[in-house]
Amino acid sequence: MSAILSIAGLRKSFDAVVVADDTTFDVTEGEALGVLGPNGAGKTSLFNLITGALRPDAGRIAFAGQDITTHSAAARCKEGIARSFQIPQPFGGMTVFENALVGATQGAGLHGREAEAHAVDVLEETGLMPKANTRAGALSLLERKRLELARAMAAKPKLLLLDEIAGGLTDAECVALIDTIKRIHAGGTTIIWIEHVLHALLVVVERVIVIDFGRQIAEGDPAQIMETPEVKEIYLGIDADA
Amino acid sequence: MSAPTVTRATRASSVATVIALIALVLLAAAPWWAGRADMRLMGEILLYLSLACLWNLMAGYAGLVSVGQQAFVGFGGYMLFALTIFGGLHPIAAIIAAGGLAAIVSIPIATLIFRLKGAYFAIGTWVIAEVFRLSFAQVSALGGGSGSSLPVGIVKSLAASRSGREALSYWLALGAAVVVISAVYLFLRSRRGLALTAIRDSEVAASGLGIDIWRTKLEVYVVTSAFTAIIGGLIFLQKLRISPDAAFSVNDWTAFVIFIVVIGGIGTLEGPIIGTLLFFALRETLADFGTIYLMVLGLVAIVVMLKAPKGVWGLIRDRFDLELFPLSYRVRTATDKGA
Ligand SMILES: Nc1ncnc2c1ncn2[C@@H]1O[C@H](COP(=O)(O)OP(=O)(O)OP(=O)(O)O)[C@@H](O)[C@H]1O
Ligand SMILES: [Mg+2]
Repeated sequence: MSAILSIAGLRKSFDAVVVADDTTFDVTEGEALGVLGPNGAGKTSLFNLITGALRPDAGRIAFAGQDITTHSAAARCKEGIARSFQIPQPFGGMTVFENALVGATQGAGLHGREAEAHAVDVLEETGLMPKANTRAGALSLLERKRLELARAMAAKPKLLLLDEIAGGLTDAECVALIDTIKRIHAGGTTIIWIEHVLHALLVVVERVIVIDFGRQIAEGDPAQIMETPEVKEIYLGIDADA
Repeated sequence: MSAPTVTRATRASSVATVIALIALVLLAAAPWWAGRADMRLMGEILLYLSLACLWNLMAGYAGLVSVGQQAFVGFGGYMLFALTIFGGLHPIAAIIAAGGLAAIVSIPIATLIFRLKGAYFAIGTWVIAEVFRLSFAQVSALGGGSGSSLPVGIVKSLAASRSGREALSYWLALGAAVVVISAVYLFLRSRRGLALTAIRDSEVAASGLGIDIWRTKLEVYVVTSAFTAIIGGLIFLQKLRISPDAAFSVNDWTAFVIFIVVIGGIGTLEGPIIGTLLFFALRETLADFGTIYLMVLGLVAIVVMLKAPKGVWGLIRDRFDLELFPLSYRVRTATDKGA
């Protein structure tokens, strides 16, 4: 299978803080990749670089065979990359349905009834249908996180980037979320998932990379990676409070 | 279970449409029932309403908090004078042409000031407006710093009688307000308007969902500037006299407009309408008190900003879940259809 995302020699720093230090990896089409690392390691920054919210100091990003390093965030979404924000960014004055409709019309480029039907579909898929007419600004934090997922899905991405969406869920909610993500993945969407809730992450992803101070310190099969001393050290205590 | 249906109109919006149509008929008939002074006041109210709707679209939705739209009010006014006096155009043609010229002029201005963020953007717009004022004060053919009057011949070309002219300029103001409100409403209802509303709420999320923020803002800036110039032309068609200080007054064309939008409810279509009515109610009741009137306006603005940041319309909407312009989507599932 071919690489849908190809990152080579990516560098980014904020003054003394290095968030990407020669980051280089490929993601295969249809893969589910997990990203681990301590707080402040540069995981969200990596997503910002992939989506175009941040510009790299050096390096290249290719998506679906095309160099997208200079493309705007909006262009990258239309090309098929959508993300959820770790700190939810709902369109607070719009209803939940309208939030999804923005993804369907602007990201996926759908029109009229077709866009509305797709927005309804993603709300049903993510369990937000009962809140469809609620203003997004009035949602709880957990509902906002679900809206992040719904809105990203509404854009019909080929590559979906999820940034810590499982934190704070009850066991039943977590199982439901895992089901949803597995269904999205089974539908052919490539996924990169940053998650501190390891038991959720590990039942979905096939491979993980570990980042610390912007450097990739480990990469490979999830079960093996979890046994390496570096990762054990980083994750002592983190799984418990996530 | 049948699929959920998506609708937009609400009962309140249907009632509002009927009331708006009745009001429109009554307003259109004003030359037959209103006195000369009242008609003048209503014309002024309608032009302020238009300015407020435009500023609200630009600042409240596109996040372009300009304090320099008087640049385009004055530009439109001066173009009315220049194009009729030197270009020989009919005043109405001159006002429409002023809109086109303002659109052209606004593009290089946008590329300049869009580089500025937040307070710097606001200051930038104000500096541009000052440049406009100083430039037009240099044009001696238009009276330089002291200004000029619209020649009698041009005034007469509108209508032979004074009452005919007054009725016409009132109808033009009414027509402009209807066009502006309808255009803003139809735009916000479209898929581009949905994108603009998303920008209002979160720029990072909007650009992450495929919305070109810069282009959307540019379009809004150009269109609002063009309409603002047209309104400026109409304002000075009522006044029949122009001077740089009157044309580019930050108080008259920006401070009062911001007041209207903020107390009414910024970032909503209804806000500027409510705000305009409140502003003129205050102005007319306090007219005899001189400067106290400005202090009361300031006080009202501060209280509203502290107690109701979403304005008077924000209070009403949150309380009664109302919407006069059917912009929202409502999803109805099979179970709550009967309700
Ligand atoms: N725009 C920015 N300007 C300056 N510093 C930034 C910016 N964005 C991130 N940083 C810094 O870069 C570092 C990495 O941040 P990032 O959000 O990528 O971490 P993270 O791995 O996602 O952490 P967490 O697990 O807490 O979400 C942090 O020290 C952060 O303060
Ligand atoms: Mg993060």
